[in-house]
Amino acid sequence: MMLGKTAGGLFWMCRYLERSANNARLIEAGSRMAMTRADASDAEWISVLSTANALDGYNERHDEINRTHAIDYMLRDRTNPSSVMSVVDAARNNARMVRVALTREVWEAVNDTWMRLKDALARQVSEKDLPNVLELIRQQSAQVRGALHGTMLRNDIFNFCRIGTFLERTDNVARILDVKYYVLLPSVSMVGSSIDNFQWETILRSAAAERSFAWLNKESGPRAISEFLILDQRLPRSLAFCYINLARNLANLEAEYGETKPCQAICANILQRLTTTDIDAIMEEGLHEFLTRLINDNNGLGTQIEEDYRFAY
Amino acid sequence: MPFDEMFGHGEHPRQPYQTYSDWFQSENSRSLRKKAKEAERAFRRTGITFNVYGREEANERLIPFDIVPHILSNREWQKLSEGIEQRVLALNAFLHDIYHRQEILKAGRIPREMISQNAAFEPKMIGVDPPGGIYTHIVGTDIVRTGEDEFYVLEDNARTPSGVSYMLENRETMFEMFPDLFIRHKVCPVSTYPKRLRRSLAACAPSACTDKPVVAVLTPGIHNSAYFEHSFLADEMGAELVEGHDLRVVNGRVAMRTTQGYMPVDVLYRRVDDAYLDPLNFNPDSVLGVPGIMDIYRAGGITIANAPGTGIADDKAIYSYMPDIVEFYTGEKAKLPNVPTWRCSDPDSLAYVLDNLEDLVVKEVHGSGGYGMLVGPAASRKEVAAFRAKLQAKPDGYIAQPTLALSTVPIFTNQGLAPRHVDLRPFVLVSPNGVDITPGGLTRVALKKGSLVVNSSQGGGTKDTWVLES
Repeated sequence: MMLGKTAGGLFWMCRYLERSANNARLIEAGSRMAMTRADASDAEWISVLSTANALDGYNERHDEINRTHAIDYMLRDRTNPSSVMSVVDAARNNARMVRVALTREVWEAVNDTWMRLKDALARQVSEKDLPNVLELIRQQSAQVRGALHGTMLRNDIFNFCRIGTFLERTDNVARILDVKYYVLLPSVSMVGSSIDNFQWETILRSAAAERSFAWLNKESGPRAISEFLILDQRLPRSLAFCYINLARNLANLEAEYGETKPCQAICANILQRLTTTDIDAIMEEGLHEFLTRLINDNNGLGTQIEEDYRFAY
Repeated sequence: MPFDEMFGHGEHPRQPYQTYSDWFQSENSRSLRKKAKEAERAFRRTGITFNVYGREEANERLIPFDIVPHILSNREWQKLSEGIEQRVLALNAFLHDIYHRQEILKAGRIPREMISQNAAFEPKMIGVDPPGGIYTHIVGTDIVRTGEDEFYVLEDNARTPSGVSYMLENRETMFEMFPDLFIRHKVCPVSTYPKRLRRSLAACAPSACTDKPVVAVLTPGIHNSAYFEHSFLADEMGAELVEGHDLRVVNGRVAMRTTQGYMPVDVLYRRVDDAYLDPLNFNPDSVLGVPGIMDIYRAGGITIANAPGTGIADDKAIYSYMPDIVEFYTGEKAKLPNVPTWRCSDPDSLAYVLDNLEDLVVKEVHGSGGYGMLVGPAASRKEVAAFRAKLQAKPDGYIAQPTLALSTVPIFTNQGLAPRHVDLRPFVLVSPNGVDITPGGLTRVALKKGSLVVNSSQGGGTKDTWVLES
């Protein structure tokens, strides 16, 4: 038995935490890309901002797109609900709300993250400090994840946390791919050119998958990268991996509560799309169309879960 | 010279502090300073913070913690707890009486208008029988001391006393910092409080409860100044922490919205004021409460702790009648005296208070937290003059008390030990099974030299409170 509000708080706490780490990675990848290719830098920040769904908000705040503003907006602007500081704030507020459901270790890890980032992001971050700050965000997120995995009982509390994490991760990875889908289309890309190599690397980096991709020893290219990030069930950030886990977490809730919920059908439908297809079929359908549909349905699943488990009144 | 609890009026430590004092002498002050800093970091990490109303930037402030414990001998504690028990039982009897037959009014021991005209009197409670006959499930009795054997009750916090999380966390911090101290002393444990609280609340379950009582803590939410404590207690008790919008009336019970539907709550430990408890019965604008909960309460469907309407018992004007109240209901003289109190509603008292404002402490009858009070000896002429005008405009809104020479306990400063004024709030649980007082409490300490205001909202700090086992 758990309060609906508590389930919602856990779900959102984990979504926000996942988002903070994802944003840090986007900034890092964007930053590298812009450094390597001066002429493409504006375009790169536009794609970082759109991946974070923050481009409209940014344009309201700033007249031109540039590196300094973009990084500041993504990291610490409180008017940006997705800035790292905003989401860490929101994660901690949710953690405070559900504190009775968290182990001391998890609460302290979240609180510590908030305290350190509030400190690190109190002022505009200089170029010199940026790598350290991004590293700090990544480390803190690992600390929270470690506390969650190491100390939490595997019950409904844990399942709601994981569901939040995987929904957010799906959204993030699908957006990274969608924003860059044009680079991944075989017809448009100039295979082997250095531009594309950088773009591909950026995509992998944004999804923290550059090392694991290298281990595959596969010919790099749009097809292989898309396949890896969408379908490879071994990669913890692939869409297929996220949905296998979402389905499992929802099944755990079903077993614990003894009740099948409508959200499970939605989840099963998306899971099937990710496990019974191959990359050729996806490219055939159109990568952009495939991803847009997935992002929409992923949002729909979130809404259905909120309703099924009475997150709100 | 006020009485110092460590050194009395002399240079040698009093008996309860003997062992501590020896230990302290043998410690290196630099390493103690380091420990004090560590304590603060530990508090920040666990997130014990205290939101101060009306100060946006200092939204989450720590209450400073002092590493020198406030120590009471077992004999001193026995004396205190007997007095507190007597007083708390009298408070409950008083509340039952004024919401039923009002014998004390008929006997002329309290003027009728003290009740009928009192904003804290709750007409909706007239004739209501709270489950188990208990009104004040949790009381925080504020005690001050002026000498070796001179203890006074300063306030009866009978609504929703706060601070118990500090009693518990301060002890944990002391354990972590100075484990060796606990080998040298036998200190009564306080960590049993949450279990005792749960047991005490469960013993007051309503007639509608047929199974193991479901206990929930009702909080106004994460922005409330005491939110940490609400979540801490819920956590330690194994109770749910709910907000108003998690609850609604379903099939004649108050039920909470869970992931599996609505589930009835038996005992609600509410940390929300009466006025916000039920928008249908009290303040209609409240979003913190539960519409209709009072109707369920009256029908015996839920226990509300503390009961609505208990505020009348810790009203500062009623306070002045406490010696009479204790005698009327227990047939005994009060074991713990009141601080002498002038009711400014009385013209003679008012005249005296106005003549002696510079020497008195004047408090708002309905105020709390050290707001809206005047500490005569510490106030500037301008402040005294301003307060005089307020007092003359609304005399019945105030009481006055002499400035007691409150006892001091040393705090640890960069210059070594320095005496500071303290008060003590033990936490008292009341159920049909009796009165249960956890040996210890919240010691609040004024950090400024000479200051008598110990409230955390006014820059006070806290100490661990030790009751020695022998």
